[in-house]
Amino acid sequence: MQKIRFTALLFAFVCAALQLQAQATFPLNDVASPKDGSYAFINATIVKDAQTTLQNATLVIRQGKIESVGTGITIPKDAVVIDCKGKYIYPSFIDIFSDYGIAVPQRQGGGGFFGGGGQMTSNTKGAFGWNQAIKSEVDGAKIFTGDDAKAKSLRDIGFGAVLTHQKDGIARGTGPVVTLAAESDNLVMLKEKAAAFYSLSKGTSTQSYPSSMMGTIALLRQTYLDAQWYKSSPVKEGTNLSLKSWNDNQSLPQIFDANDKWNDLRADKIGDEFGVQYIIKGGGNEYQRIKEIAATKAPFIITLNFPAPIDVDDPNDLRFVGLDNLKHWELAPGNPSALEKAGIPFCISSADLTNATDFMPNLRKAIEYGLTESKALEALTRTPASLLGMYDKIGSLDNGKVANFLITSGPIFGEKTVVLQNWTQGIKNAVKEEAWYDVKGTYKYTASNNKNFSVLLKDGGAASFIGQDTLTGKYSYDGKMVKLSYTEGRGRDAKETILSGTANGDTWNGMGREVNGTTFTWTAAFDHAAEVKSDSSRAKAPLTLGKVIYPFVSFGFEEMPKQENILIKNATVWTNEKEGVLEGTDVLVKDGKIAAVGKNLSDATAKVIDGTGKHLTPGIVDEHSHIAAASINEGAQSVTSEVRIGDNLNPEDVSIYRQLSGGVTTSHILHGSANTIGGQTQLIKLRWGANAEELKFAGADPFIKFALGENVKRSNGFNASSNTRFPDTRMGVEEVQMDAFTRASDYLKQLKAAEENNKKKGATPIVVRRDLELEALGEILNKKRFITCHSYVQSEILETMHIAEKFGFTLNTFTHILEGYKVADRMKAHGANASTFSDWWNYKMEVVDAIPYNAYIMHQVGLNVAINSDDAEMARRLNQEAAKSIKYGGMSEEDALKMVTLNPAKMLHIDSKVGSIKVGKDADLVLWNNDPLSIYAVAQTTIVDGTIYFDRDKDMEMRKRNQAEKARLIQKLAAAKKAAGDQGGGSRGNFQRPRPRLEVINSCMDHRHSLGLLAVDADELENDSY
Amino acid sequence: MKKTFLYLILAGFISAAKAQATVSPAPAQKGTITLTNATIHVGNGQVIANGNVVITDGKITAVGTAASATGKIIDCRGKNIYPGLILSSTEIGLLEVPSVRATDDVNELGEINPSIRSIVAYSTDSKVTNTLRPNGILLGNIVPGGGLISGSSSVVQFDAWNWEDAAYKMDGAMHFRMPSLLARTRGRGGFGGGQQPQVDPVKRALEQIESVKAFFREAKAYLAEPTHENTNLKYEATKDLFTKKQKLFIHCNIVKEMLIAVDFVKEFGFDIVIVGGADSWQIADLLKQNNIAVVLDQLHSLPVMVDDDIDQPFKTPAMLQKAGVLFAINDDDENSRSRNLAFNAGTAAAYGLAKEDALAAITLNPAKILGIADKTGSVEVGKDANIVVCEGDILDMRSNIIDYAFIQGRQIDLNNKQKELFEKYKRKYNIK
Repeated sequence: MQKIRFTALLFAFVCAALQLQAQATFPLNDVASPKDGSYAFINATIVKDAQTTLQNATLVIRQGKIESVGTGITIPKDAVVIDCKGKYIYPSFIDIFSDYGIAVPQRQGGGGFFGGGGQMTSNTKGAFGWNQAIKSEVDGAKIFTGDDAKAKSLRDIGFGAVLTHQKDGIARGTGPVVTLAAESDNLVMLKEKAAAFYSLSKGTSTQSYPSSMMGTIALLRQTYLDAQWYKSSPVKEGTNLSLKSWNDNQSLPQIFDANDKWNDLRADKIGDEFGVQYIIKGGGNEYQRIKEIAATKAPFIITLNFPAPIDVDDPNDLRFVGLDNLKHWELAPGNPSALEKAGIPFCISSADLTNATDFMPNLRKAIEYGLTESKALEALTRTPASLLGMYDKIGSLDNGKVANFLITSGPIFGEKTVVLQNWTQGIKNAVKEEAWYDVKGTYKYTASNNKNFSVLLKDGGAASFIGQDTLTGKYSYDGKMVKLSYTEGRGRDAKETILSGTANGDTWNGMGREVNGTTFTWTAAFDHAAEVKSDSSRAKAPLTLGKVIYPFVSFGFEEMPKQENILIKNATVWTNEKEGVLEGTDVLVKDGKIAAVGKNLSDATAKVIDGTGKHLTPGIVDEHSHIAAASINEGAQSVTSEVRIGDNLNPEDVSIYRQLSGGVTTSHILHGSANTIGGQTQLIKLRWGANAEELKFAGADPFIKFALGENVKRSNGFNASSNTRFPDTRMGVEEVQMDAFTRASDYLKQLKAAEENNKKKGATPIVVRRDLELEALGEILNKKRFITCHSYVQSEILETMHIAEKFGFTLNTFTHILEGYKVADRMKAHGANASTFSDWWNYKMEVVDAIPYNAYIMHQVGLNVAINSDDAEMARRLNQEAAKSIKYGGMSEEDALKMVTLNPAKMLHIDSKVGSIKVGKDADLVLWNNDPLSIYAVAQTTIVDGTIYFDRDKDMEMRKRNQAEKARLIQKLAAAKKAAGDQGGGSRGNFQRPRPRLEVINSCMDHRHSLGLLAVDADELENDSY
Repeated sequence: MKKTFLYLILAGFISAAKAQATVSPAPAQKGTITLTNATIHVGNGQVIANGNVVITDGKITAVGTAASATGKIIDCRGKNIYPGLILSSTEIGLLEVPSVRATDDVNELGEINPSIRSIVAYSTDSKVTNTLRPNGILLGNIVPGGGLISGSSSVVQFDAWNWEDAAYKMDGAMHFRMPSLLARTRGRGGFGGGQQPQVDPVKRALEQIESVKAFFREAKAYLAEPTHENTNLKYEATKDLFTKKQKLFIHCNIVKEMLIAVDFVKEFGFDIVIVGGADSWQIADLLKQNNIAVVLDQLHSLPVMVDDDIDQPFKTPAMLQKAGVLFAINDDDENSRSRNLAFNAGTAAAYGLAKEDALAAITLNPAKILGIADKTGSVEVGKDANIVVCEGDILDMRSNIIDYAFIQGRQIDLNNKQKELFEKYKRKYNIK
């Protein structure tokens, strides 16, 4: 049964049809009333597209399409003519990131990865893929249902067509392009499959995997490979409709909901691996990394949900508001402008706004911040249409295109301009009819009670009735009906006369009622218009904005520090080489490398740092760290060798800066200890301010994290009693290792067999599914990837070495290794390194035998021993931790320092580059004010690759700068609040209470950390939200 | 040497047993011992070069260059003498292995538990205490957790057969764990981000705080009447708070919470100590005005806010010292089990606090805060001989090597299970 919808109120001289086009196949329950829907809009300023504006032009539409547009056009005889004198006509806007007409599904419980249970397979019924978050089979066109109330809210802000989709899952399937016309669902659909959608959020999937950012990326990567493999119709896979749809969807534009600057870059990187250029939906903070964003070469979709201002009336609350939050409040409206200046193609979407009515004001704000009006229009019309390959249908006012257009009272982005009508598929939708006529001006008013006036109607509903005296009055006009009133006398004697009537063109007629109850008739005839005032009565103060800092957080640099030639004079130099500790020695740094070590060095190009009374050491290398990553644990499965920390580095973690202040220059970012075979690790240098790729330690051997014992068998914490994930004992842990390497070994054999087979002429090619999990394990077997293994008790240490020996490789590093002292000889024979804590113990059962002499004993047995942090706080004091072996056992100071410099460098296979002060090595150096092993040692200057990333004096300046910047922004917010109060009659506007800025800290979920009050554990968060 | 050997053999058999049979408390000290020719760090800021300390029947009877050596002489030439270090707030003896529920006696059920007493559950057989003593820590305040009013803590000395003889000062402090007034929301921070919790946590916390005040008002009224038909143990337990024989330790961190703590001084006249005090540096002058002392729980921690000075926790002690606030440095680290107390103080010294003031923050200041300064906390005549002899600077891990330690004059055994394991494996690998 066909629904009949009513269009909005009909305007005086236009009689819009209900349904323009009858559908042939649908039975009719009425008298057939075929019509053409032909209209001619004359005398308008027509903006065909951002580049072309026609004055005094005509637009003719018919059958929902544009028939002709231009000047000097013959108006068809059967067209209804609408005089648009003084009006502007624009193509309606297009939103390609909408969920209009497609409900966002709600999650049905479950899905925790640390929370016991755990769902290992998909709950989606049918012949679909293994992972519930891959919903490539979803066909948005089939689940689309128009919703005119929602359509109206979009039409009211200027939109005429949208690309909609189901916002759920990592692969979200396809979406249709529909118009927002009040038509049947059949007729509004312009394109059934217009794009395919992806995201980094698993949405309603209750399946445990993926539980992390890096797991999500790994899943996308593997799915690309699986889909490719599926093309060979593998018998073992049967029918997999998810992979089939995935392949089918590849020919469409690919839209990725990334929603944050770093995620934008992560998404683009996935695309690069598989030759896909995504259209990226950004997060509004792209301006903070505009150089990298531009380098993606991706088109962007951005929204206008600028952060609301915050109340700044309570200093105690302000204490917990971050400088970055304040700065983003100030700078966010500049995001569109930043994209434009960087030459990035982009669309503007109405998504993410709390109130749709904020769209135009926010867009104007973006223009105030430098976005050009023509770019704004393009971002709403041509760019989205072109990205979908639909510019032949929508996006401009050209012959043959869909008749989607706006009639406005003036230039569309003008401050006082209103959208009067929004036509979709040739159907009129009234937006603000009453503004069609400007009723302001002077009228000649005559009334049957003989009280006649000259009436002046002003802005804001105020009127003056000018006769012998000038009386104050009011008026209102809704497009048809008018109301007026005037008051005689003052105070108690005030008498109000009220009038109402209708507007019939330039003449208004109606009836009035005097205070004493007698009625009368009146007529008001338009005499002359009001004086036109310029658009903006008050000149806006020029914008004063803070600078973007790198990274965008406290202590970020306004300008990145540069590599310099540096000469450190007359320091005590701890070389970690056979020269030992050299007194009164100079070190020269050139081009990022150590160029010379000696006495009385000089170099005219070098910046000289006086090292007198100070100690110079190699930069600290932390073998076990969890900083600077968006996620650390992918614990949903016991083997997740496919996940990579390097996929999700977070260069904005202030831990980088704090640890530079403790002399750390290189950190090995490990996967957590949630599962037996964790993810691939990432070695970084602490280049504060750099992006994710620049943080990476180039040319280092790849490593992977393994874990043993209580964490992987889930003996502790909130999952202890409900573990369903194999293994649950140390016996099972060994079998997980055994099984994984057996499968990896078979995989390598299959690859080899296939390769040999496929070389033979005439042989049926064998396609082996590329399995990234087994590939990483295969690299271990081929000695191309190395293990760092979280371990505590002697039985599991021995067991793991047995597995390694069985498969013919060496377990590179045991980390934590608190019972290493019990099997140090065996580890030595195997060839393993040891990276341990100095004095931690007794926080759980597997560490009750931990002793602070562990490092010393292992060192004495001849192992290469490091002290690591595994803790964002302790990493700032690794020199102190190393020094504890002087107390516990009596290690020499030089050997103790090596445990946090040269030894970890050795076990990470980077000792040819870092770890000692030797000519040719990277200039990663720390200048201390004291013996570096002393409790009183404070790092003064930390240098990475010849670049000073941390300096105490500079730090003091930055503190002052941060404070001043925060104070400026708080003043600005206070002024904004006052201005809002002045205007809005005490309205709070959209100001909100400040909320504490939490600091997300990643950890391996192994032990307690002494972090700040505002720290939240990332895994705790995941667990809460899943 | 032979003795050590015997220990090793024993260790092999009994390492699974709970008590460390090889480490026995020392018998009461009788007679006189003199520690000679040492650098004496008195604990009150004073340093005496080349002095003697005379101990008689457990007490310090003479200190200084003029004190003549009598009785048993222990030559401490080149060494440093310090007062025994004090942990101001610790769960040792109530909690052995945090991940094992059965070894955890910290948190009792219920919100208002003033009658709960930590001392009755304190285990002298914890393996942790023996690892504290070789780092110079001889006394600790054993604090119960849980609820709003957690109960009373007692100071113990770490060389005892059972809690009766461990008790050094019973029930000296009542503990109030103020609910957080930090409106922490879930989600990744920032404004706009995160969901508002269903119940406003600040409002709820203020209601809870009010309930604690209401309890004290009722207790005060109850105590005004000496006879009662039905005895109320909870009210009875607050008696010493009102007479100031007991202090109220309020566990809180941010300024708004500490300002509310001041209320308890004003309304009830309690002696207040703030435990935690992460943001105490912001209102140091107010704390000083109200005579509120602070126990800084964990110096080695990250700054509260990402915007804070990167060394804020490290320099907080120097700021409190400058403002004249009485404060102690504590170490409640669960991973190292608190043995790094001296190094927390050392870090404070690296960031602006004078070394002797840093020492006072782990000796005389905690003694004052815990109400035991008449008996310990400094190397002064008349006090218990709670003394450590250290090879070098006790605040620096390189030289924090304790040669002798005395509790009430008793020279205690500095051995522990960890040293036994060290010796055992040195033997295995033939390490000298």
